[in-house]
Amino acid sequence: INHIVHNGGLYKRPFNEAFEETPMLVAVLTYVGYGVLTLFGYLRDFMRQWKIEKCQNATEREEQKDFVPLYQDFENFYNRNLYMRIRDSWNRPICSVPGAKVDMMERVSHDYNWTFTYTGRVIKDIINMGSYNYLGFAQKAGTCQKAAAKVLSHYGAGVCSTRQEMGNLDKHEELEKLVARFLGVESAMAYGMGFATNSMNIPALVGKGCLILSDELNHASLVLGARLSGATIRIFKHNNMQSLEKLLKDAIVHGQPRTRRPWKKILILVEGIYSMEGSIVRLPEVIALKKKYKSYLYLDEAHSIGALGPSGRGVVEYFGLSPEDVDVMMGTFTKSFGAAGGYIGGKKELIDYLRTYSHSAVYATSLSPPVVEQIITSMKCIMGEDGTTVGKARVQQLAENTRYFRRRLKEMGFIIYGNEDSPVVPLMLYMPAKIGAFGREMLKRNIGVVVVGFPATPIIESRARFCLSAAHTKEMLDTALKEINEVGDLLQLKYSRHRLVPLLDRPFDETTYEETED
Amino acid sequence: MDIKSMKNYIYWLFCQFELITCSYLMEPWEKLLFYTFNITMLVTVLYTAYIFVPVHISTAFQFFWHFFGNQHENTVSIVK
Repeated sequence: INHIVHNGGLYKRPFNEAFEETPMLVAVLTYVGYGVLTLFGYLRDFMRQWKIEKCQNATEREEQKDFVPLYQDFENFYNRNLYMRIRDSWNRPICSVPGAKVDMMERVSHDYNWTFTYTGRVIKDIINMGSYNYLGFAQKAGTCQKAAAKVLSHYGAGVCSTRQEMGNLDKHEELEKLVARFLGVESAMAYGMGFATNSMNIPALVGKGCLILSDELNHASLVLGARLSGATIRIFKHNNMQSLEKLLKDAIVHGQPRTRRPWKKILILVEGIYSMEGSIVRLPEVIALKKKYKSYLYLDEAHSIGALGPSGRGVVEYFGLSPEDVDVMMGTFTKSFGAAGGYIGGKKELIDYLRTYSHSAVYATSLSPPVVEQIITSMKCIMGEDGTTVGKARVQQLAENTRYFRRRLKEMGFIIYGNEDSPVVPLMLYMPAKIGAFGREMLKRNIGVVVVGFPATPIIESRARFCLSAAHTKEMLDTALKEINEVGDLLQLKYSRHRLVPLLDRPFDETTYEETED
Repeated sequence: MDIKSMKNYIYWLFCQFELITCSYLMEPWEKLLFYTFNITMLVTVLYTAYIFVPVHISTAFQFFWHFFGNQHENTVSIVK
């Protein structure tokens, strides 16, 4: 459904999000494909059990055959019989910096993807459409690299302690002040791993007797953190504010399930950009709801920090809101800053509490110094404090690339999910054979893409996910689009029934609306 | 040239069949099994159609002919 929402003045710019429905014929054929593969899966399992075929995957030992079976559930069946057939599209080893172009080691399999051998050849200069390199800071030369090399020679690579013991370097303090200034919050804290930031800090913030309202499509780290905390979890439909409001109303009116006492805390977990859908959270409405029902908001900006907003400060700036409205702003340094780690920003009391009570601060090793320097340099570059306009140029280049790429793909007739402004572009594939075929055909044409299938997405909605980067030039995007067009014709991927009128020569600006003909 | 583009088109259609039924992913002996089964079923269906469809059509035709045809003869006799 294509719609442009102006919700009573909450939105200062049009919110253009679309998730085209799966065509009926495509859904039926996808099920046919999965049905055939399931039948052959049963046949192969039968042959493996009766020793007609050699069993190459993990099985129980002879002595354990009478125990409760370990490998009979659907996940393992899927793994053995469907995932193994297309496994060569994942875990591809790269051997250079994952910038706009990357080198990959070639590998072949002689026994249908059970084992791989390297031919020794390196495929050079593959256009990288899969790395989370939104602002192009994954570089091996430049100011960031020089600064990181200097810090490496001063501090070494290892920290050898946790934040609370001896691992609190002055670099970490400098980083945290910088992050707080970047986000516009009072204080921030940085951790060594983005996944661990979510999963270890949510248990510190909520506990039993609290309520967590989490979006349907939240990341595994948020789900894990919510489950570890022991709070009650309720799920609302993806980006659906009516569903969220209904849950909030029920929570306030009915209270805790058995005792009817009021909830100690209500925490809403949302993400800035959802990486599998490419959709952006409806932040103005969430904040309005949060204020109305007096609950707290935890915003995970893993993909949106650095990628959205006129100066790259994330989804809060994109909507023109104040960072004080969000109680806990979490993000990662992996995606836009070319480093590793995560941060949490918020009020000073909150961060001081987390410094003492977070599992990650007490038990996990802190960030490594060259990585910290990479983050500091790249953040200063984005903010413009290093004296150049490189940062601003990169943010604008990313926005241009996003709009151009999405528009061209939609014109070609592919089904693309998500918001117009999100640099994560999922292209729907649907059929299981096309997942493998797309990955292989694109690699033959020297373009590296990430394809996603069942456990990460619903079973018929498999997709190829492109991550755009400010390091991609227009020529690279044009080459990639040409190849995608060819592969789309070859594999018959152009399912869309809404045809866009191609724009001829209008420049990109804020008032360019889409015209569709149904 | 038309033959070549026709052959390319048929090959492309075969590739689409392979992708939809996931025989693109199968090992050669699985493909053999799958195609044998499919072709057998197809031949059986076509053979059955060849034998029975003309008989069905002519029976249906006769049924409808009786239904309208007798009336027609009656009117002819009255006019006469």
